[in-house]
Amino acid sequence: MINNAFIFIIVSIILSLISFFLDRNKTILGFKKGLKMFKSIAIPFLNILILVSLALYFIPQSLIIKYLGAGSGIWGLTIASFVGSVTLIPGFISYPIAAALVKQGASYATVATFMTTLMMVGVVTFPLEAKYFGNKVAAIRNILNFITAIIIGLLVGLVLWR
Amino acid sequence: MAIKNIIQKNKQWLWLMAYLIATLSSFIFGFNPGQEVFGNFAKFFIEMITFIPFLFIIIGLFDVWFPKEQIEKHIGKESGIKGMFLVIVLAMLQAGPLYGAFPVVYILYKKGASIKNIFIYLGAFSSLKIPMLGIEIGYLGLKFTLARTLISLPLFIAVGYLMEWYLKNKKFKVNEV
Repeated sequence: MINNAFIFIIVSIILSLISFFLDRNKTILGFKKGLKMFKSIAIPFLNILILVSLALYFIPQSLIIKYLGAGSGIWGLTIASFVGSVTLIPGFISYPIAAALVKQGASYATVATFMTTLMMVGVVTFPLEAKYFGNKVAAIRNILNFITAIIIGLLVGLVLWR
Repeated sequence: MAIKNIIQKNKQWLWLMAYLIATLSSFIFGFNPGQEVFGNFAKFFIEMITFIPFLFIIIGLFDVWFPKEQIEKHIGKESGIKGMFLVIVLAMLQAGPLYGAFPVVYILYKKGASIKNIFIYLGAFSSLKIPMLGIEIGYLGLKFTLARTLISLPLFIAVGYLMEWYLKNKKFKVNEV
């Protein structure tokens, strides 16, 4: 994690310098935009960190390993894909959850499936999607993406076997 | 009424305040579970604060140097690989949840994007957005992110082709909502 932070710090410094060199005003505008976005997510983000911290205390690690770990097989994928499909968690909030799951012993396959269904399959938002595409096309898109998500999960798990 | 409004406005702060008070009392009264939960929270918080602010600098800079409107202009005019490439890049520059993508899909449809590219856009939107990739690298590592995106991309393109193949002669349209 510390190494990751270094990547972000170095990349942001280099990009800022290049940007500043090319166009000073644009750079300041960019900083302002970034700050605005950061402000809008900061509090919800902290709240979700509280929830994850609480959940980690109450849910024993053995339970997560049993149901979402490498040995959980098809059940882990099933749980992950259904939870990912029916819940509506903003992306930036789902990553701390996913990272906590990995640390607690969940397999990469289940985490990748969870993340992908979360992003691509929307049961809660189906009525809205159906307004744009019609019921049939929206249903096909969701089902197709559900299957794709499981394939993605399996392949990621295969590549990152641990 | 006035109090209700104040609560409604500061709803997101309430959780935070309640948690801080609970944590403070846990330390004062030596309530162990509360201290352990705070231990978890502190780790997550440090993890977040070491990279998220820098991520948003990068996102902000991207936003001013690569305006989405510029790319949107070319959608529909370009076909083939170039058209596909354009919708993927456009999707990567977005932010927000999937339901926010549908209004943009309507615009793409109006501009004459193909069925294939509309669904490739949705696929790329849901999992290749640059702000999200940044957070993903921060939390799950570069290896995981690379593996997931490189595996996802060809599969989304395949979904696009499948949808186009299926919908080709079925009077597919995107409604304005």
